[in-house]
Amino acid sequence: MSAMALFGQLLLGLINGSFYAMLSLGLAIVFGLLGIVNAAQGAFYMLGAFFAWMLGQYLGIGYWPSLLLAPIGVALFGMLLERTIIKRVYNLDHLYGLLLTLGLFQIIQGLFVYWYGTSGQPYDNPPGLTGGHNLGFMFMPNYRAWVVVASLILCFGTWFAIEKTRLGAYLRAATENPTLVRSFGINVPLLVTLAFGGGVALAGVAGVLAAPIYQVNPLMGGNILITVFAVVVIGGFGSILGSIVTGLVLGVLEGFSKVFYPEASNMVIFAIMIVVLMAKPQGLFGRER
Amino acid sequence: MALDISGISASESKSGSLEWVAIAIGAIILIGAPFAVYPVFLMELLCMALFACSFNLLIGGGGLLSFGHAAFFGGGAYIAAETAKMYGFPFELAMLAGIATATFLGLIAGLIAIRRSGLIFAMVTLALAQAIYFLALRLPFTHSEDGIQAVPRGWLLGVVDLKNNMAMYYVCAGIFFLGYLLVRRVWKSPFGQVLRAIKDNQPRMISLGFPVDRYKLINFVLSAALAGVAGSLKAIALGLATLTDVDFSTSAAVVLMVLLGGLGTLMGPVVGAIITVSMDEYLAGIGVPVPVVIGIIFVFIILVFRRGIVGEFLYYLNRFQSRGRA
Repeated sequence: MSAMALFGQLLLGLINGSFYAMLSLGLAIVFGLLGIVNAAQGAFYMLGAFFAWMLGQYLGIGYWPSLLLAPIGVALFGMLLERTIIKRVYNLDHLYGLLLTLGLFQIIQGLFVYWYGTSGQPYDNPPGLTGGHNLGFMFMPNYRAWVVVASLILCFGTWFAIEKTRLGAYLRAATENPTLVRSFGINVPLLVTLAFGGGVALAGVAGVLAAPIYQVNPLMGGNILITVFAVVVIGGFGSILGSIVTGLVLGVLEGFSKVFYPEASNMVIFAIMIVVLMAKPQGLFGRER
Repeated sequence: MALDISGISASESKSGSLEWVAIAIGAIILIGAPFAVYPVFLMELLCMALFACSFNLLIGGGGLLSFGHAAFFGGGAYIAAETAKMYGFPFELAMLAGIATATFLGLIAGLIAIRRSGLIFAMVTLALAQAIYFLALRLPFTHSEDGIQAVPRGWLLGVVDLKNNMAMYYVCAGIFFLGYLLVRRVWKSPFGQVLRAIKDNQPRMISLGFPVDRYKLINFVLSAALAGVAGSLKAIALGLATLTDVDFSTSAAVVLMVLLGGLGTLMGPVVGAIITVSMDEYLAGIGVPVPVVIGIIFVFIILVFRRGIVGEFLYYLNRFQSRGRA
């Protein structure tokens, strides 16, 4: 076992972990406010990657503008869906919300598979971040270093926005008691729509960041979604910081297992989920609701 | 509002005789169908309908929505196919091996999943099923992408040659009919009533001294076993066990069948399976992307049609009858 390979896999694990963190963070925000598990989150991740690819392919827009434009597009599309369709199930059993977003997921993924097939489109590393550095113990591709830094900043930025700012305070208050917050004159439905947009935008950013590492594939959302569900079950829905830490740690653990026992790497997160459920059913950071 | 599974009690109280008429008509259709429709297609349909019934047993009984029921269907299918093909098990033994596997998987998954309910239960079952999927992808005997093909059907009790499509069809029909009656029996039993009571008010049932978790677990295992019956039967009747059987798309398909037909109605899953399987066949023929259509139906049902076909029918029937009485 060479140290190079070990650290390379750990880096990839850290990157995957930060994608898990961003997606489960988005899920946790929406769940906290609406009690709905947004199964379409994987589709928004895929859309982020595809929007970036389409901007490049059809309009010649490069990576850096796309990193901003694609998530905005994803957020707008998500908010449109929230306003027109998803809001209709808020008063029903939350399982209907899961089933509804699952239907939306299938429509979005199905359409992209129909249009683009399942082979995947290549997306180049952005200029300026090609190549890499030899750190002595490992080779560090510049783009991957950027992805780790960017997603960590984004995750902790989101944590800061929710836990430390006034808007975040409204959001947390609306999570606890929407009726009361409304009576203070705060537009809770607007807040909900914006939070939903923010949650899916996180998935969109993750998609753009992932595009040059993995290919842009219509199926990329489905594969990550189920893992993210397991991550959420392990972490529990209680805390923002908890989702971030759980996502990162599980990604790294998955990377570790790829080095030592590649056949089982897909199973590691599910195995951890089983152990956690047996020992602490509400999840590591979860509160009983 | 909770999941609308009120159809059970409604069909119980007011349209009991009507239900037996429906069952009798269903039995006649089962007997006559292979003379009108290609039997192999009907076998697939019956297996999916039985699978949908097994899912319905879980959600109708305890209100637990499983997102990973394909694990038990596919688990049964793989083992039945493998034992029939590689070990030369006769039909009955291969079926039993498949069912035993599904029951075992159900016991393990059940012990883990029933620790949570509602949304988290759905996510846990999904994750567990994904673990089974990866297992099926990795284990050598499943031949990953190719699956197990050309599984011999064998002989029923050593006397009836199941290579004959008609014979195989009637075996499927008989097993399906028994499975349907089993679900019906469980629902109307005191056991089923306790399950529904747990769904409505779990703390009260705990304080009344019911071992709530054990009830849920037994129901889960029963449902998994029945899914295993459907999967094993499918593997042998169609001679095929593939990754699709344990795939998430199969888990989602069975959710759709039950939703479309009507959550918590006995006939609903059967109606839903007939429509879904026929639709799949038709759409695949004309090149329309099936997942998109399935997604649209999902969204449509949840927005405007939550009782499902049979559920709506029973709802209006009950309204009509109670108006007549008043």
